[in-house]
Amino acid sequence: MVELTLPKNSKVRTGKTWPKPHGASNLRKFQIYRWNPDDGENPRVDTYWVDMDSCGPMVLDALIKIKNEIDPTLTFRRSCREGICGSCAMNIDGINTLACIYGMDEIKGDVRIYPLPHMPVIKDLIPDLTHFYAQHASIMPWLETRTQRPEKEWRQSIEDRDKLDGLYECVMCACCSTSCPSYWWNGDRYLGPAALLHAYRWIIDSRDEATGERLDELEDPFKLYRCHTIMNCAKTCPKGLNPAKAIAEIKKMMVERQL
Amino acid sequence: MADVNRGNRPLSPHLTIYRPQLNSITSILVRITGNALMVGAILVVWWLMAAASGAAYFGVIDGLITSVLGDLVMAGSALALWYHALGGVRHLIWDTGRALDVASADRLGWAMIIGSVVLTALTLIAI
Repeated sequence: MVELTLPKNSKVRTGKTWPKPHGASNLRKFQIYRWNPDDGENPRVDTYWVDMDSCGPMVLDALIKIKNEIDPTLTFRRSCREGICGSCAMNIDGINTLACIYGMDEIKGDVRIYPLPHMPVIKDLIPDLTHFYAQHASIMPWLETRTQRPEKEWRQSIEDRDKLDGLYECVMCACCSTSCPSYWWNGDRYLGPAALLHAYRWIIDSRDEATGERLDELEDPFKLYRCHTIMNCAKTCPKGLNPAKAIAEIKKMMVERQL
Repeated sequence: MADVNRGNRPLSPHLTIYRPQLNSITSILVRITGNALMVGAILVVWWLMAAASGAAYFGVIDGLITSVLGDLVMAGSALALWYHALGGVRHLIWDTGRALDVASADRLGWAMIIGSVVLTALTLIAI
């Protein structure tokens, strides 16, 4: 259901302003969401100052610098630092993206960083993605075959392989699903753009033999049809993919198979 | 494990921190105009029913609906109707799988905004 305001325990308070580094002339202000599961207090937004002359160009560089030099308790996920693992997905300057490939030169003014929107927070910038992963698992993200296994491999023409471009590149960072207002209000039952993009990736795979069952599974007022083509997913995807288009193609297949 | 405090996890901020997008604003406006049009439709029906019920009562309601405030509400309803109709057309285009890339979707968004204003102006000039 639509709940426009945050629950009582989630209201964000003004936090601590950390001291400016000594002897730095090129400072940039960072406002970062903090929540500590151990102190029983509400979330807060802390203010940090980072010396841009000794900092890398990406938002993740600044976060690591803050953690190393100012506040070791700042908590966030990161791994590959090149946009392929999807770990450092967060809300930066009002949109969801990967901190490691988002340049600070793209941001005007202060850098505001929050966890992915409308998710339970484990600590600071780390959301709980358990439900998101369960939804991905529910669409059977694997090749489902019925006919006898071929001697060597499941063959696919170059044209059929081309259909998977723009789909297989998804790294499951959850930027799209957590940018979607429909997912905010109905994420318990609506699968969301990421899971649906993956569903489509297997539906149109020429080697997959469970297309009908996959479509049956999605024929549901909530799982698929809570998509109202708001398009926040496509606009925010850090990999430049288009879940809205994939969902529209599934809806088309639903209609076409009735004809 | 971090899971010891699962029950008390806060919900991360959403509406208040997500930057409004052309696509999200034009989308929610379709819904808002659709709901606002119910009020406009009720007013028009009231006006027609007043016309059917007799000259005296019609005079009162007609005065209300053609007052300055009534004109504003009706002009707003015309704008909402055009916007909502163009939004419907955009959905029809999208339902065929076309214009779903971000650039095209934004172009259609501007077309809805500008188109509804122009069509409303033409409507007001025509009547």
